Amino acid sequence: MRKNLLPVSRRALLATPAAGALAAPLAAPAIGQTATIKVGVLHSLSGTMAISETALRDTALMMVQWQNARGGLLGRQLEAVVVDPASNWPLFAEKARELLAVSKVDVTFGCWTSVSRKSVLPVFEELNGLLFYPVQYEGEEQSRNIFYTGAAPNQQAIPAVEYLLGPDGGEAKRIALLGTDYVYPRTTNRILRGYLNSKGIADADIMEEYTPFGHSDWQGIVTRVKQFAAQGKKTAIVSTINGDANVPFYRELGNQGIKAEDIPSVAFSVGEEELAGIDARPLVGHLAAWNYFMSVPGPANAEFLVMWRAYINNPRRVTNDPMEATYTGFRMWAQAVAAAGSTAVDAVREKLYGQKVMAPCGFEEEMHRNHHLSKPVMIGEIQADGQFNIVHKTPTAIPAENWSPFIPENANRRR
Amino acid sequence: MLLLGLFLLLGPARAQAFDSLVPRLGGSFAEQAEAVERLGALGDARALPLLQALADSRLLKLADGGVAVQQGSAVPEGASPVRINNRVRVALRGALGRLQLASPVAAQRLSAAEAILRNRSAEDIPALEAALAREQNAQVRERMELALGGSRLASADAAAKRAGIATLGASSSPEARNLLLASRAANAELGAEIDAAVAAIDRKLQLRQAAETFFQGLSLGSVLLLAALGLAVTFGVMGVINMAHGEFVMIGAYATVVVQEFCRNIPALQPWSLPLAIPVAFLVTAVIGAAMERGLIRHLYGRPLETLLLTFGVGMVLQQVVRLVFGAQNREVISPAWMMGTLVLPGGVTITQNRAWIILFALAVLLATLAAIRLTRFGLEMRAVVQNRRIAATMGIRTGRVDAMTFAFGSGIAGLAGVALSQIDNVSPNLGTGYIIDSFMVVVFGGVGSLMGTLIGAFTLGLVNKILEPYAGVVLAKVLLLVGIMLFIQRRPKGLFALKGRAADQ
Repeated sequence: MRKNLLPVSRRALLATPAAGALAAPLAAPAIGQTATIKVGVLHSLSGTMAISETALRDTALMMVQWQNARGGLLGRQLEAVVVDPASNWPLFAEKARELLAVSKVDVTFGCWTSVSRKSVLPVFEELNGLLFYPVQYEGEEQSRNIFYTGAAPNQQAIPAVEYLLGPDGGEAKRIALLGTDYVYPRTTNRILRGYLNSKGIADADIMEEYTPFGHSDWQGIVTRVKQFAAQGKKTAIVSTINGDANVPFYRELGNQGIKAEDIPSVAFSVGEEELAGIDARPLVGHLAAWNYFMSVPGPANAEFLVMWRAYINNPRRVTNDPMEATYTGFRMWAQAVAAAGSTAVDAVREKLYGQKVMAPCGFEEEMHRNHHLSKPVMIGEIQADGQFNIVHKTPTAIPAENWSPFIPENANRRR
Repeated sequence: MLLLGLFLLLGPARAQAFDSLVPRLGGSFAEQAEAVERLGALGDARALPLLQALADSRLLKLADGGVAVQQGSAVPEGASPVRINNRVRVALRGALGRLQLASPVAAQRLSAAEAILRNRSAEDIPALEAALAREQNAQVRERMELALGGSRLASADAAAKRAGIATLGASSSPEARNLLLASRAANAELGAEIDAAVAAIDRKLQLRQAAETFFQGLSLGSVLLLAALGLAVTFGVMGVINMAHGEFVMIGAYATVVVQEFCRNIPALQPWSLPLAIPVAFLVTAVIGAAMERGLIRHLYGRPLETLLLTFGVGMVLQQVVRLVFGAQNREVISPAWMMGTLVLPGGVTITQNRAWIILFALAVLLATLAAIRLTRFGLEMRAVVQNRRIAATMGIRTGRVDAMTFAFGSGIAGLAGVALSQIDNVSPNLGTGYIIDSFMVVVFGGVGSLMGTLIGAFTLGLVNKILEPYAGVVLAKVLLLVGIMLFIQRRPKGLFALKGRAADQ
């Protein structure tokens, strides 16, 4: 499939999934418009977010193949349509329109950053498409055309900070909120500030800093965190840094000798896939909060792992939370299509409510009418091999509060 | 000796406590932390290997509920490694510290002193005093004194506390400041002394912060200098607006990746992979630069707009080629050991090693560039062609060849920048796009055609950026800097170091 050495035209790119080897297992695409059910895949395969999103494209392709191996859906085969919005937010909207209007996809799996989701949202609403968004995010949104299979703040950010404030997390009294400069970190940090204030942590004990996407010069910020921590109170870092900026950030933490015992950091967008690219030894003990870790015990996860490694043909590839959310979302969509007997968006939407799937995280997750899942919360410590040691896990799956009570404007909203 | 003495004094009750505590090392995190703390307090030397194993995750929980240190890589039937969390790690550090204070290895004594400093108690005073009396190593001594100060502060005796405050006040570490502040509430009667000690530390810390900000500015400046130096040659000397300059930087970084992957199979070369990458990156980018000049740019001399568009297109093609060959994903670059960690200068100023090396590298590249232009025949010919192409040609200089070599030289320097940037940034096909604007900014600010201007410009921008950053934040600092440069260029369109004389008219 490496035939298009030059980017000939947009349409040629559209029809050809970017990485050669991965496209091979696709079902033979039929030319007729009605013969196949089309599944759009809208993830950045280049640019600053490619580090995170490429694996999600592969997961979506794996699920299409998996469904086809089981005879497809409604007696029809599935066909994936992969596009590359290249970490370029306006391009996300263009590519979404292309998927819906030109390729006429029945469902789309896509987006990682909230800014990309905000960019495609009007397109999906205008053309009545169906988007499954697999990443934890800041909440404050609910579209009838989007199903959110990642965590809302109460399913990730708030429990993680609660852990840092507790005895196991080191009873932090000062918090440094570091993030990439866009809507997700800013909104999440606004919610967290409200939460921290409610826990008696004053604004003077909260430091907030933002950096551009792909930022690489972290020396000033890490030094300032050190100074911030040198004021006599236990300090912790809450990181909403996204994409490949995490690599130089953790490298700087390691180089400046910041150990997790002194200043623990908890990240919301760093998982196994991101850690695969760096030496994790200096990072042992730093935390991440997710709803799934590759190290979760249980048969559902073992099955997921086997399926993924067989598909990607690499016995050492890792899985992560957004991949699990893509898997869960796809299974729910497939069940809803089977129940509705059609791929029409309105029919599928109705059938999605109440749909349940045994997720690899070991819990049965349910899609609620607020378009969000109930999910367990897990906190893991980074280990030297880049895996996570789960140090905290909620006993049950928690329903999502996508409108956070810590944002004052939401007080009058009906939940 | 001290440990041995303690060990001999151990009564049967202590031995019993030891036996009952050990299995709890395999319990819940809270149980582990408590057992570790109590084992450390017991001072039983048998605990040391167990705790060390727990810290290195080599402790196994056996099927019968007991624990044992893993031998080799084999894990016996039914056993599993004991896992720990941060809370246990903190406890371990304290316990190991007390047990390692008499170690013959300086690094272990240092970590022991660090450990006591973090979990200090009055019980540590005699052990620390004995250790300090023996200690020769200056770095370890400094830490031990701090730990002693902290431990004295934790004691109940007022005189010991005063001595502790004095020791801590004489140091310049933020940890000492923390200790003093933390003890302020409990020691109201010593308030004035504590405040004075804190103020003394603050003065030293402020100086240190200023020094660190200065270093960070130099570091950012050196990155800017590296990125801009090649452009100072191609744009500054030849007047070619090369929008593909960033891509040459990126190709230099990929050359580093390739060299490192090549060296991975040859153990003898492994530590030298980065120095080896320097000539390779220079040659690869220089060859591409020469080909680009001969093949495309020379047809467009004197047509800046077309050159801009053409080089922009070439840049996109190069990016896409790299993406097809190496993939869109970032590539991992290995940092050699001598580039990791932190240098501690006198006064406690810390400098990360990779940044320090890049500053030196940038200055070395600048000197080499200056030498090439001032001292070599190629440099002479280049200056001749720049000053007056026709007369240079009549003197027998092959101006076309000089053009190609100059462009290749500038591109090669961009490749060198790529080697350095691979150590601090992500190696991806987009690497160059982040630096192209900065490079032009530096060259225009410094004065087109002046290498000294590029040097001063890069370091000025780096320093100003880092001084603004704590107040304005990373994003706004950059914006302010751009606004500042725009205003500056309004006043001085030719930049800091404007060329004078005939060359300026061209």
